[in-house]
Amino acid sequence: MGNHALSYGAMLGRSQVIAAYPITPQTQVVELLSEMCADKTLDAMFIKVESEHSAMAACLGASLSGARTFTATSAQGLALMHELLHWASGGRLPVVMGNINRAMAPGWSIWSDQNDSLSQRDTGWIQFYCANNQEVLDTVIQAFKVSEKLLIPSMVILDAFTLSHTYEVVDIPEQEKVDEFLPPFKPEITLTPDDPHAFGGLTSPEHYFELRYKLQKDMEKVEALIEKTGREYEKMFGRYLGIVEEHLCDDADLIFITSGTMGSTAKVGVDELRKEGIKAGNLRIKVFRPFPFDVVRNVIKGARKVAVVDRNISYGHHGMFFQEVKSAVFGHSDGIPIFGFITGLGGRDITPSTFREIAQYVREKEKPEENIVWIGVKK
Amino acid sequence: MRLSLPEEELMNSGHMACQGCGATLAMRYVLKALGQKVALCIPACCWSVIDGPFPYSSLDVPIYHCAFETAAVSASGVKAGLEMVGDTETTVVAWAGDGGTFDIGIQALSGVAERNDDILYVCYDNEAYMNTGTQRSSATPYGAWTTTTPVKHFKNRPKKDMEAIMAAHRIPYIATASVGYPEDLFKKVKKAKDIQGTRFLHIYAPCPSGWKSRPEDTIKLARLVVQNAIFPLYEIEWGEKYTLNIKIKEKKPINDYLRIQGRFRHLKKEEVAFIQEEVDKKWERLLANVNGNQ
Amino acid sequence: MKKKNRAQKIIFKSEKEFPLMPMSVGSMLFNKTGAWRNIKPVIDLENCIQCGICWKFCPDVAIIIEDEWPVIDYDYCKGCGLCAEECPSKCIAMVEEEK
Repeated sequence: MGNHALSYGAMLGRSQVIAAYPITPQTQVVELLSEMCADKTLDAMFIKVESEHSAMAACLGASLSGARTFTATSAQGLALMHELLHWASGGRLPVVMGNINRAMAPGWSIWSDQNDSLSQRDTGWIQFYCANNQEVLDTVIQAFKVSEKLLIPSMVILDAFTLSHTYEVVDIPEQEKVDEFLPPFKPEITLTPDDPHAFGGLTSPEHYFELRYKLQKDMEKVEALIEKTGREYEKMFGRYLGIVEEHLCDDADLIFITSGTMGSTAKVGVDELRKEGIKAGNLRIKVFRPFPFDVVRNVIKGARKVAVVDRNISYGHHGMFFQEVKSAVFGHSDGIPIFGFITGLGGRDITPSTFREIAQYVREKEKPEENIVWIGVKK
Repeated sequence: MRLSLPEEELMNSGHMACQGCGATLAMRYVLKALGQKVALCIPACCWSVIDGPFPYSSLDVPIYHCAFETAAVSASGVKAGLEMVGDTETTVVAWAGDGGTFDIGIQALSGVAERNDDILYVCYDNEAYMNTGTQRSSATPYGAWTTTTPVKHFKNRPKKDMEAIMAAHRIPYIATASVGYPEDLFKKVKKAKDIQGTRFLHIYAPCPSGWKSRPEDTIKLARLVVQNAIFPLYEIEWGEKYTLNIKIKEKKPINDYLRIQGRFRHLKKEEVAFIQEEVDKKWERLLANVNGNQ
Repeated sequence: MKKKNRAQKIIFKSEKEFPLMPMSVGSMLFNKTGAWRNIKPVIDLENCIQCGICWKFCPDVAIIIEDEWPVIDYDYCKGCGLCAEECPSKCIAMVEEEK
């Protein structure tokens, strides 16, 4: 299942310290990793912490000591870690974390929704949104490489159940080849008495600004590094990830912008629309942070209309992919109307007919009349 | 000249502590006992400021200034990380104040102790959230003034019995210590250093700024508090075996200790009598635990 | 002491000089806390019994042992008075700092 693809990625990546706390629908990730540590398939220390906040804290300590670290969580657990997500990025600690997109309580939900990970978009973590199990495994391995090169943490994000619990055939790379692709983590500076430093001390206005400037400057190098790493991975393993997945965008009049598993559903919707003579296309964003401004601008520049589909909402504003796409396009393809749709919150099913409904709506409008078009709400 | 402690210093001058700070003496003695091969995890507390701001440090050992609630588990993570990169020698120490131990950090500490993770946890106790200006913590003793327990509403709950809580976790070693008895503290740290598993050391560290006491009285307070049995010095092994380190033939009256601290000056006679009663009862309970071993 | 002479105030002129994460690169020994005090201890070596107690109880490591005698490092002494208070032979006096 998708969760196990995360575990295999962490195992093949030779994680050294894992600290995690169970939460539906992530539990299988840590259960399999626990077994792998117990039977020595994976030579790692698994700290069975008592909360997600402690899980991230333990990972930060281990990462600072020079170990490769991995953890996984979802929704409430991710929110509990929030303070420490800032620590990871500000402390330049390359932790890799799997996050299962699950709706935030209340009410209690275990189903798919992007608000949990998107609420963390400002914390300085690289964010990958996956749509199938193979992608998950390949992304984790590459995430270690990218994170460790630029010392910025990554999260690899899966939809609850539609990806985390779906079984698919996955090509598992050989350990030796992964070792060749991903050498051991050997940071220059670590927490050690042989070279004592105080890390993360009181930082006055005299100094804080430059440290954060450096983080952003390094974030700006991430996209190119993901590309480069992706090509290296393609050479060794035959699969290329890329920053986005384009489906029939070249000649499309209407382009859907999606992420996660609804991006796969969108492709089916696109194919159906094409059969009816509608030139639809789908742009699935795989890397959300850093935001791929140029790629997005480039793909949509030939389109007549763009429909961004969000499985999330920033209350008091709009869908978050919608916000970001609009800001990317502002001053560039200003003429193209961009429509924002919100659907699927709390795991409400997104099907190919969702995309037909969106296409129908867009066809009837010259330009957006509202910033949020709600699809599927019983009004 | 025969010094009772090794002369080598791992703590340097120039640090930011107030005059007469007990917490600095605690660090100085603990580092003398542990040596240079340590890694400290220091959460938000006086010591995160005492050490000095970026880009400086006043210690010759590595420090991870970790998030407030996480001292214990950050240390666990550091220990695991060091082991996985081949360093099994470095002693990993969580160095937290009473706030980060008794209150916001207690969950992580409980988790670590329950798992018996291999770290040395040191709590230096100045009995309030001193770093943020003397607000009450659950380590603040009954009767004390703090900014959140002003004189009209002084702290009217007893100090949390952290030793009992840690003993319930059945960890290999728990000890109380005081900067007024540096040789006893030194011995305990040396002993703790060689034990595997979670070791908990609770050090009494007077704070002239927060207690409104004279800076030069810090050691006197740290001695009186042991001699009047408010803070007896003892060890607990595996949560069961109690050993009293400084035996007291006759407890000193608590008034000598209370009246040289401004934070207790408002106490009325009945309130002092109540405190004395509680101290007596607690002392008897401790003696029962100690004698239960024989 | 060689250590304190090497310690300097650190000024970064550009972001390129900063470490990647907030990490110490220098010692607090540059910070001469002697400037904090109003009163200072003076040891009367005639009556000093060389017990080492003043050295032991200094929170600022401002008393060092030189040739078996305690010497106060006035660069760092904050004037807390613990040495004078704890000295068993009462040979340390706290005197007003001259301007």
